[in-house]
Amino acid sequence: MAEPHPVDASELEPVDTSRLKVSDEPAIQIIGMSKWYGQFHVLRDINLTVYKGERIVVCGPSGSGKSTLIRCINRLEEHQKGQIIVDGVELTSDLKNIDKVRSEVGMVFQHFNLFPHLTILENCTLAPIWVRKTPKREAEEIAMHFLTKVKIPEQAHKYPGQLSGGQQQRVAIARSLCMRPKIMLFDEPTSALDPEMIKEVLDTMIELAAEGMTMICVTHEMGFAQAVANRVIFMDQGQIVEQNEPKEFFNNPKSERTKLFLSQILGH
Amino acid sequence: MAEVAFVRHEMEPPQAPPSGQVGPARWLRENLFSSWLNALLTIASVALLWWLVSHMLPWFAHGVWNAGSLTECRQIIQATWGEGASGACFAVIRERWQQFLFGFYPVHLYWRPTLTFFLLLAALAPVLVSELPRRLLWFSAAFPGLCYWLLWGGSLWVPIAIYAGFVVGHLAQRLLAAAGYGLVAPFAAALATVLWWLYLVGPVADAFASVVPLALTPVASKLFGGFMLSTVIGMTGIAFSLPLGVLLALGRRSDMFIVKALSIGFIEFIRGVPLITLLLVATFLLNVFLPPGTNFDIILRVIIMVTLFAAAYMAETIRGGLAALPRGQYEAADALGLDYWKSMRLIIMPQALKISIPSIVGNFISLFKDTTLVAIIGLLDPLGLVTSIRADSNWNGIVWELYGFVALLFLLCCYGMSQYSRYLERKLRTDRR
Repeated sequence: MAEPHPVDASELEPVDTSRLKVSDEPAIQIIGMSKWYGQFHVLRDINLTVYKGERIVVCGPSGSGKSTLIRCINRLEEHQKGQIIVDGVELTSDLKNIDKVRSEVGMVFQHFNLFPHLTILENCTLAPIWVRKTPKREAEEIAMHFLTKVKIPEQAHKYPGQLSGGQQQRVAIARSLCMRPKIMLFDEPTSALDPEMIKEVLDTMIELAAEGMTMICVTHEMGFAQAVANRVIFMDQGQIVEQNEPKEFFNNPKSERTKLFLSQILGH
Repeated sequence: MAEVAFVRHEMEPPQAPPSGQVGPARWLRENLFSSWLNALLTIASVALLWWLVSHMLPWFAHGVWNAGSLTECRQIIQATWGEGASGACFAVIRERWQQFLFGFYPVHLYWRPTLTFFLLLAALAPVLVSELPRRLLWFSAAFPGLCYWLLWGGSLWVPIAIYAGFVVGHLAQRLLAAAGYGLVAPFAAALATVLWWLYLVGPVADAFASVVPLALTPVASKLFGGFMLSTVIGMTGIAFSLPLGVLLALGRRSDMFIVKALSIGFIEFIRGVPLITLLLVATFLLNVFLPPGTNFDIILRVIIMVTLFAAAYMAETIRGGLAALPRGQYEAADALGLDYWKSMRLIIMPQALKISIPSIVGNFISLFKDTTLVAIIGLLDPLGLVTSIRADSNWNGIVWELYGFVALLFLLCCYGMSQYSRYLERKLRTDRR
């Protein structure tokens, strides 16, 4: 688990969150979901509904199951009990449904996981070409559009190994966006970055939030949570312990565990 | 305490390095005489090299290229260089080099293997050098059939009918997939292809041949020999063991229990049995299991065994490459919605194969050298030929020249492969970190 690097909310681009509408249509429904690793009960009876347009930040101590939770949403991890319904498709062992959900849900990893044998542009066009059957020319246009958006169009013909961590993570975001996902999952996107690169990635994510993308983000960046989230979820021991809107969550935490956690990560 | 404050007012201009720190003098000192031990080793190695060369050089220099027998060679050497002089008798190579290349292939048909060899180079070029136009790969795909026809002769319709099997399989898959049986389509396609090969290739080829013959003089497998035989077995083995190895490696890592168990069983069995045993089984035992009357070509049997043998090793090599990939690569491919085969083909295999290039080429090299084992089952590969040449009373007693020649040819091929592997590694090195 990486050290949290709290970025002050005031350093980030301000977002007018009141302008962002949360629809009352659900994007993700998790109902009574449990997951075990062997005998170990990692996720215990999770109930969570994410509405379209929501920006949710999930936090919690290491080992609390937050990464596992969002990895269940695109079935990188299999759940053993309960239901997960993503954009109207229930995740079962049916491979077709899984591939469908995965192509609608973008995911950004802690370690970027760019494909080192492909150029930045090829990283971005691969899935649109092979999954969406987009013609190559068009896929490249889309890719350049999103690479421009994350502010690295000039790196398109380099290989991932030639880029800095922050740049790689922005490429990873662009790569997901090229699939035109309805939901974006972020699994500790800034934990593997040097402090000076965290901000460029957070700014990219904030921009994305400002456009109304439904996103769930596992992160320790409480500044980010305060700036963009409409809901903060605190997890511990595989359970959702507390959730609230950011202002209440940070200023007036209800549970003792949350208070302890917040004092540990904010109080230095 | 000493003064800690320091400010530089003038910047130093760059200077040339002191003499003795550049050029050959520096190289010599760093690489050959860096320490007493190194200097000692250098001198000892040079002395050893000198000793070897000074003994071998006269042998080469006294070499005789024109003679009809070993005795004649010796007479010529003694007449020219005096009593007791030793020299090579290269005359045997001059007399037999065609045999070393073609075995007992009919002399008037030598143009066929020669042409095949140059076509092989043309077919390999687009596979080995990715800068060439991709359309040339169609020739590479057609080459095996062409090669078979040119070397063994007979009707051109046979290889064409065999290729048609793929078309049949493809059509079967398209039809079934269109009819909504997508899941069974690949299996049905494979079945259709096999059935076509088993029952229809013969009649179809005969039917076409009766209209337009397109036939070459057939040449029997027992006439094949020399480097032609090594190349046929080696190249076919190489070409088929890589894809088979990839499938076995994937099978071994599969989630499906049966597939996994079969792959492990196959790999461990093949790796646990010496190649010679497999070759002997191919020669003597395989016919017992086949329906009576079937005459399964001996070279084909050997090729199958060599391929299976190499594939098992290849699978383990590739599995190493797969294991070396970070899990994040699999997850990223999954998260983008790529299905299993696409993620293997586009993301995982290119990287796993790249990691394993040195060991894969190592496998190729050892497979190519292992083709000499077929001498044991009586095929006349270069080593088999050496034995038969030495049995000739003219050349009885000749050793160094023959084995040296065979070694040289193998060395050239294998060195070529290892150089190619280094070129490929350099070319594919994109993940500088």
